[in-house]
Amino acid sequence: METLKFEFPAGQSPRGRALVGGVGSGDLEVLLEPGEAGMLRLNVVTSVNGSAARWQNLFERMFREQTPPALNIEIHDFGATPGVVRLRLEQGLEELQLEGAFHD
Amino acid sequence: MTDTARLLQSRSFIELGARQRARALLDQGSFRELIGPFERMMSPWLPKQGIVTQADDGVVIAKGTIEGQPTVIAAIEGSFQGGSMGEVGGAKIAGALELAAEDNRNGIPTRAVLLLETGGVRLQEANLGLAAIAEIQAAIVDLRQYQPVIAVIAGPVGCFGGMSIAAGLCSYLIVTQEARLGLNGPQVIEQEAGIEEYDSRDRPFIWSLTGGEQRHVTGLVDAYVPDDTETIHAQIRTCFRQGKPALERSRRYAWFLDRLGRLEPEQPIDAVTVRDLYAAGDEGGVK
Amino acid sequence: MTLSTRGLIWFNALSPNAKPFEGLPASLKVCDTTLGSLPARVIAVVPDEQNPFPRARCGEVGLLEGWGLGRIINEAIEADRDHDTKRALVAIIDVPSQAYGRREEALGIHQALAGAVDAYARARLAGHPVIGLIVGKAMSGAFLAHGYQANRLIALRDPGVEVHAMGKASAARITLRSVDELEALAANIPPMAYDLHNYASLGLLWETLSVERIERPTEGDINRVSECLQQAVADIAAGSHDLRGRLDASNRSASRQVREKLLEQW
Repeated sequence: METLKFEFPAGQSPRGRALVGGVGSGDLEVLLEPGEAGMLRLNVVTSVNGSAARWQNLFERMFREQTPPALNIEIHDFGATPGVVRLRLEQGLEELQLEGAFHD
Repeated sequence: MTDTARLLQSRSFIELGARQRARALLDQGSFRELIGPFERMMSPWLPKQGIVTQADDGVVIAKGTIEGQPTVIAAIEGSFQGGSMGEVGGAKIAGALELAAEDNRNGIPTRAVLLLETGGVRLQEANLGLAAIAEIQAAIVDLRQYQPVIAVIAGPVGCFGGMSIAAGLCSYLIVTQEARLGLNGPQVIEQEAGIEEYDSRDRPFIWSLTGGEQRHVTGLVDAYVPDDTETIHAQIRTCFRQGKPALERSRRYAWFLDRLGRLEPEQPIDAVTVRDLYAAGDEGGVK
Repeated sequence: MTLSTRGLIWFNALSPNAKPFEGLPASLKVCDTTLGSLPARVIAVVPDEQNPFPRARCGEVGLLEGWGLGRIINEAIEADRDHDTKRALVAIIDVPSQAYGRREEALGIHQALAGAVDAYARARLAGHPVIGLIVGKAMSGAFLAHGYQANRLIALRDPGVEVHAMGKASAARITLRSVDELEALAANIPPMAYDLHNYASLGLLWETLSVERIERPTEGDINRVSECLQQAVADIAAGSHDLRGRLDASNRSASRQVREKLLEQW
């Protein structure tokens, strides 16, 4: 298990927060919360050691295509493939746009 | 497709995660989660063993109403660590049931539904998981004095270990065909008693003895329902309307001891033998 | 496997002149006695090599034991229903495990153990002081069924006293670890350990006691245990009927914190 931190330039901070996925085999849990404007921070806890470069590449590719909102994203990864990670992140961002997806 | 959209389309209960299950059973708009995932109340013991935690420790506690009556739902997420009970998740269930009982002592008729998908104690938190299960059991027996406590075992994990005992304490048990209910998991029995006694890879054999249908025809559960969210919802409402049972299954000492006494010691056991032995229909029966 | 006689030894030690109940499975030792002047029912699950269920011959809690415990405790609740003084229930705990077997699963051993838990919990709620005295192994489902519902848990300090959720071989198999790895982790993770010292650090025990000879108790040993049981009864009388007394240890801070948060948000 290791904990990794990443930062990317971002746009505005959205309202609301979202939770997608879960810490099941080959899956991951993603918690998305509003962050400091202009900044996307990702905190990744993963069961796979030595995977920092893989995460970096994946995030770079994703956020190069489109500037992400300013968020604090926490990931609890249980051996998800890059495809699943991307799917979950996109799902999380989509839920944030659907207002009321996860409110208390 | 988002989880929410999927929830609206699907009628399967088994396919839903713990949070979606709780939301689907509570009256629309009444769902309110306690100690939600963003509070990050996570296992203090798993990271010490290099195991990734889940933000809710695999247990969702939701308050709301069912048919307008105050209800708390404790739903276990079977996909996280096999739905195992650790210190935090166990305390969430025990604490919620304790508060529901306290509500009743204060004149608020809070009821409880448990959605059980669990292998039992989380072995990485062994003695604290076991202690939490003892406290869950204590709280079920306490709350049951005031209101029915209903447990649903939908599948796919089933309900094992100390939590199967907790299920056995509930006022009503609802299962689907995908449910299994037993004290000891197949692998553990095989390990402890040998493969001749219990072959953990022989799925038809295991299902024939511990599957939802068999548990229903032998009177060890109260309702056998298809994997359909609305049907499960309706069955829960029916059980609540029935009120407390005259005598809980776990209090039928005399009946079970009598039946066990009729069993020939050397008689091999199979599904039919148990059906015959526990056949419903007589006045002392468990159904 | 050598059968443990500790349960029977301490059952006899604490009820010297009492006559054990008849009509019960031979694996259940039950009698009514007094602790000092307090009425008490003492209950032990012991090995019975003739047990009609072969998987329950070594002191395991099986189908007959679970339902039998339920019955005998329920009888005490009924007998004392209209009495101000409810007899104490003393569970002498030396149980290696629940019974593992095909017959057990098929016949619903989970429900039998629920029968025992149900009765112990109702007895506690009805005002019976319920005390668990751990003299040997207190394992898993067997401990849940016989002792874990007690208001107060007392353990004798001895290397043979062990508390756990699963035997080591099975726990290793289920968690995909070797027994050596499991033991290494147990050395650093208190809830994973099997020994009494670590268990005591979880705050679940009310008291631990040293005795001179756990398997051949001296008169002093018996008196010390009996006095401790009486103190436990007095302590229960001054307190509540729930299990709240188990939450105080630093190793259970998460259990407390969860309850505090639930109460705030309820």
